[in-house]
Amino acid sequence: MMKRYVYINDDELSEDLYCVNRISNRKYTVLNFLPKNLWEQFSRFMNQYFLLIACLQLWPLITPVNPASTWGPLILIFAVSATKEAWDDYNRYLSDKKANEKEVWVVKQGIKKHIQAQDIRVGDILWLRKNDEVPCDLVLIGTSDVQGLCYVETSALDGETDLKTRVIPSACMGIDSELLHKIKGVIECPNPDKDIRRFDANLRLFPPFIDNDLCPLTIKNTLLQSCYLRNTEWACGVAVYTGNETKLGMSRGIPETKLTAMDAMIDKLTGAIFIFQLVVVIVLGLAGNVWKDTEARKQWYVQYPNEGPWYEFLIIPLRFELLCSIMIPISIKVSLDFVKSLYAKFIDWDNEMVDVETGTPAHAANTAISEDLGQVEYILTDKTGTLTENRMIFKRCCVSGVFYGNENGDALKDVELLSAVASGSPDVIRFLKIMAICNTVIPIQSKSGSISYKAQSQDEEALVRAAAHLHMVLVNNNVNILEINFNGAIEHHEILDILEFTSDRKRMSVVVKDRGSGRIFLLSKGADEAILPHARAGQQTRSFAEAVEQYAQLGLRTLCFAWRGIEEEEYQEWSLIFKEANSTLVDREWRVAEACQRLEHDFEILGVAAIEDRLQDGVPETIETLRKAGINFWMLTGDKQNTAVQIALSCNFVSPEPKGQLLLINGKTEDEVCRSLERVLLTMRITESEPKDVAFVIDGWALEIALKHYRKAFTELAILSRTAICCRVTPSQKAQLVELLKSCEYRTLAIGDGGNDVRMIQQADIGVGISGREGLQAARAADYSIGKFRFLKRLILVHGRYSYNRTAFLSQYSFYKSLLICFIQIFFSFISGVSGTSLFNSVSLMAYNVVYTSIPVLVSVLDKDLSERTVMQHPQILFYCQAGRLLNPSTFAGWFGRSLFHDRGMGWMIGIEREFEGLYHLVLPSSTTSSCASIGGISSSDSFSALSSSLIYYSTNDSFIFFVDDFRM
Amino acid sequence: MFTQQELPACKPILTPPWVITAFVSVGIIFIPIGLASLFASEHVVEIIDRYDKDCVPSNYTNNALAYIQSTQTNKTCTRHLIIPERMKSPIYVYYQLENFYQNHRRYIKNRNDYQLRSRAYEFDVDDCDPEAKTERGPIVPCGLIAWSLFNDTYRFSLQNEVIQVSKQDIVWKSDQNHKFGSNVYPKNFQSSGLIGGARLNQSIPLSKQVDLIVWMRTAALPTFRKLYGKIEVELEANQNLTVLIQNNYNTYSFAGKKKLVLSTTSWIGGKNDFLGIAYLAVGGLCLFVAISFVLLYLLKPRPLEDPSYLSWNINPAGLSN
Repeated sequence: MMKRYVYINDDELSEDLYCVNRISNRKYTVLNFLPKNLWEQFSRFMNQYFLLIACLQLWPLITPVNPASTWGPLILIFAVSATKEAWDDYNRYLSDKKANEKEVWVVKQGIKKHIQAQDIRVGDILWLRKNDEVPCDLVLIGTSDVQGLCYVETSALDGETDLKTRVIPSACMGIDSELLHKIKGVIECPNPDKDIRRFDANLRLFPPFIDNDLCPLTIKNTLLQSCYLRNTEWACGVAVYTGNETKLGMSRGIPETKLTAMDAMIDKLTGAIFIFQLVVVIVLGLAGNVWKDTEARKQWYVQYPNEGPWYEFLIIPLRFELLCSIMIPISIKVSLDFVKSLYAKFIDWDNEMVDVETGTPAHAANTAISEDLGQVEYILTDKTGTLTENRMIFKRCCVSGVFYGNENGDALKDVELLSAVASGSPDVIRFLKIMAICNTVIPIQSKSGSISYKAQSQDEEALVRAAAHLHMVLVNNNVNILEINFNGAIEHHEILDILEFTSDRKRMSVVVKDRGSGRIFLLSKGADEAILPHARAGQQTRSFAEAVEQYAQLGLRTLCFAWRGIEEEEYQEWSLIFKEANSTLVDREWRVAEACQRLEHDFEILGVAAIEDRLQDGVPETIETLRKAGINFWMLTGDKQNTAVQIALSCNFVSPEPKGQLLLINGKTEDEVCRSLERVLLTMRITESEPKDVAFVIDGWALEIALKHYRKAFTELAILSRTAICCRVTPSQKAQLVELLKSCEYRTLAIGDGGNDVRMIQQADIGVGISGREGLQAARAADYSIGKFRFLKRLILVHGRYSYNRTAFLSQYSFYKSLLICFIQIFFSFISGVSGTSLFNSVSLMAYNVVYTSIPVLVSVLDKDLSERTVMQHPQILFYCQAGRLLNPSTFAGWFGRSLFHDRGMGWMIGIEREFEGLYHLVLPSSTTSSCASIGGISSSDSFSALSSSLIYYSTNDSFIFFVDDFRM
Repeated sequence: MFTQQELPACKPILTPPWVITAFVSVGIIFIPIGLASLFASEHVVEIIDRYDKDCVPSNYTNNALAYIQSTQTNKTCTRHLIIPERMKSPIYVYYQLENFYQNHRRYIKNRNDYQLRSRAYEFDVDDCDPEAKTERGPIVPCGLIAWSLFNDTYRFSLQNEVIQVSKQDIVWKSDQNHKFGSNVYPKNFQSSGLIGGARLNQSIPLSKQVDLIVWMRTAALPTFRKLYGKIEVELEANQNLTVLIQNNYNTYSFAGKKKLVLSTTSWIGGKNDFLGIAYLAVGGLCLFVAISFVLLYLLKPRPLEDPSYLSWNINPAGLSN
């Protein structure tokens, strides 16, 4: 692994080695804008095609019309895209400039100076004051707090709105703030990466700040760019990553653009039209050359030269290429971009999707994929916070085999528990202590004396609140010293170590020293399977397992509590291992987990706490409606199986017993999983024909094996099953499942609310984030963000469906009108000696493409084929969109045929020229009736062209009116 | 809120009574129009006489090209036309060319509108190759179109009494006033090299050269008629009209046909059955469709809003409910 050595406060050494702190998110500079932007635009096939056509048109020998008729729209389209890019880039430049020119306090040559943020160099010591934004990634070396603590708000980084604590490294503890100017040392840290949850580094200070030990640094010792310093007077840190090399800068980047199924189809159809065009060009080119050689030389008035240039045989095909170039409508891209951004605006503006409680409107961050919403086949949903409210409330508990809260459903009001607390039952007291101590909650005492809690985990907050309600109040948390007020008596506990929660360990522990008795305890809480197997020998865990089972049946989340007394020597010995593990640079996470394992055993199990998470409003109805619309639901949750199944039943995910059936896939080994999988697959195949609701349930462990070794069987299962519940899955497994469904050519929508759903959301065709209580992380990564799960119904059935219908019409209409005018040109060429004469003049052509046929159809973005109410009542109608019934090769063939038919219809009317004298009187403006009549017999090419144009305008706009379903005044 | 508003909208549902009413009314409107047009067209008297073949002397029948290109041969040709019905004045005289591609790409653009409009642009001969210039200067009017001006002439007589052909009002006013200049006189026209068609009188400005103006308004199709002039007398039925044709124009090299057309007009223009037939056909079709819908509506009625007709119910692919 590459490393970087940062010499603190050393002006000579850090010079020029690393980039300065100038942030640049700009894509272009003033000089390279034009070439770079043009290059980017021309990397698209359509644009290359249009450019080629436009260039060919500059050759007067072959151009049928004024080159302006192609150059005009082309330049306009390019100008629009370029202007948009330039505007976005200019805004980025402005925000960069603002950040770069912000004044910060930096120590230079031992003196505190005010400099601009862009001049910060790696190794500089920065001073921040309360509410300052952190200008680059820093390692904390001092704060105003005696304990070396400071608080940061990281919402700009990860979307989490709670305050996080950061501490100074142990080596810097106790250094006087006056001396911080002079501190020297070296930080050994990895090269810049984008992992905002990891920072595995070491710090060694130079004399006179003697501390020869390597001091480990973690993410807890850093202040990352774009965070805000809160509740701390000042903080001081060393810049380690600057400019675009900060964690934020590295994780920034343009996410892969998503292409809708419809765009892919339109591209395919464009390709087909292109091939058709080539065929037409070749056929007409050949015919033209043959006619020229046989007939045209006899037509003396044309005066064909006998000898032409060597490229003569190419001229007629190229002319036809230009004549037919309008077959691919140049305006389609612009029109589609325009209507797509309107669809997005309709979503933003929808009053019925505003969450009344928080006032959050729906938002379409990705404006390009609204049509896909109407074609969703699978919805993969998170459970906590998505289906449920993520408002945790402590409801029940079981302490040493005694159930509390079973009668009235609320343990906090259970008289037995209250009396047990009052009488000081030791198990209950210890249970409450774990609730209050074993967490990372920050109590914030307001001036009036009331205490509020800031927590990263909703569960912990619920537990601390419940403990406070039961007179075990967490009063203060100063890094090491916890202050608890139990029935008026203040107790102090010294936190020796925190063994943090990770999704692999599924438990967290704290090592505390009771200041009163001086004894050391390990207090743990975690998932049942992470705690119960580690019970001390001889303790019966069955009653706890039963309690867990019972609570899960009720759809409650459970946490098991355990403790163990530790001898001083054991702790000292372990502490060294733990410290070493924490300072490794390689595989730190794994080493730490191993070290934790050494301490977390022989637990004395205390009890089980059950926390309720209510379902959001309207979730069952929404799921039922969307299932009727033919959408399959998969629930992916980190929760345990029973809870997941209960929630699934209560929100109509699966029907209860006789109608629905749950098939479990479990097993710990490959063989077990394989057998289980095959059994389920067999049942699935049998029940496929029955009108039965079959769902499979799989846990993370079995899923890991199934995905690794039995991918084929599992894929078949995924196709057969309309519903699935995957519990205990990790964020990466969620993403893998999305990937799996996508590989089966299904349109997937992933919906979630938390950081653990981000990968799934980014992976899916459509990502929907719920701007919920777990922060905005998911909502930021998502294409659409909504306030509540129930808005999904409207998003898909109304917005998705309308968008699909409208785009299907608009895109095919664009091709229709281009084909129509092309067919007229083609048929006219047969009666003009296959010489490539254009029937229409440049102005008519341009007006046709830009004015007459492009602008009126844009009205179709307001078109509603069925009312919103009808669609909501009959969600089955969505099947039409899902199956792509409105835009596919056969509907396109229909439009193709329609344009051919309309062309022949017009040809019939105007083609029989000799019969046509009468109609001229009706159409052509002329000075007097008599002269009009006199010219009755004469048709001229100009009037013929004008007549054709007007007919074609009527025809195309009539078809448009015919296909629009409702008319707005 | 400003951002969300409902636009008033109407949503016509095509119920059977509506559709039937619409078809019936189209039928009722179209059929009388069709009948009237057909009737008017029937009253137009039209005489068409193809003369290109018959005007070639018998000894040149197999070598018509040599006949038309030779300057020695006698090009005069006499035709006798019997008037089938009484023809009211004015009688329009057209020449009709077939298999003549005025819309050919090399031909249709081979002119310069600036030069035609004003003397100041005399030297503007862009697009006129190969008929742009001579050694003596630019050709006015330049280009292939003017160069190939039709040069057959017709003289009509009734029992040795000459009938005048008027060239009044045979061109578009806009052409005469705006497109062909009154100060532009022919210059170097048909003066050297290959001689195409008619020559022009150098002392008459282009705006007065009506035959040229008619010819320069190019036809869109390879079969076309151009107005030659008007006969301002009435012709009675069975009268024998003698036409003296100067058969100068070469259509023999490309097997083109030349026809002389005499026609009266009515309010729908010249003879044109198509418009009436089209109206009758569309009107009749609409009535027929309306009647079949009525029968269908009476014999096999179908309730509106029956969801079982929707296709997802017919083909519930992968859907259990």
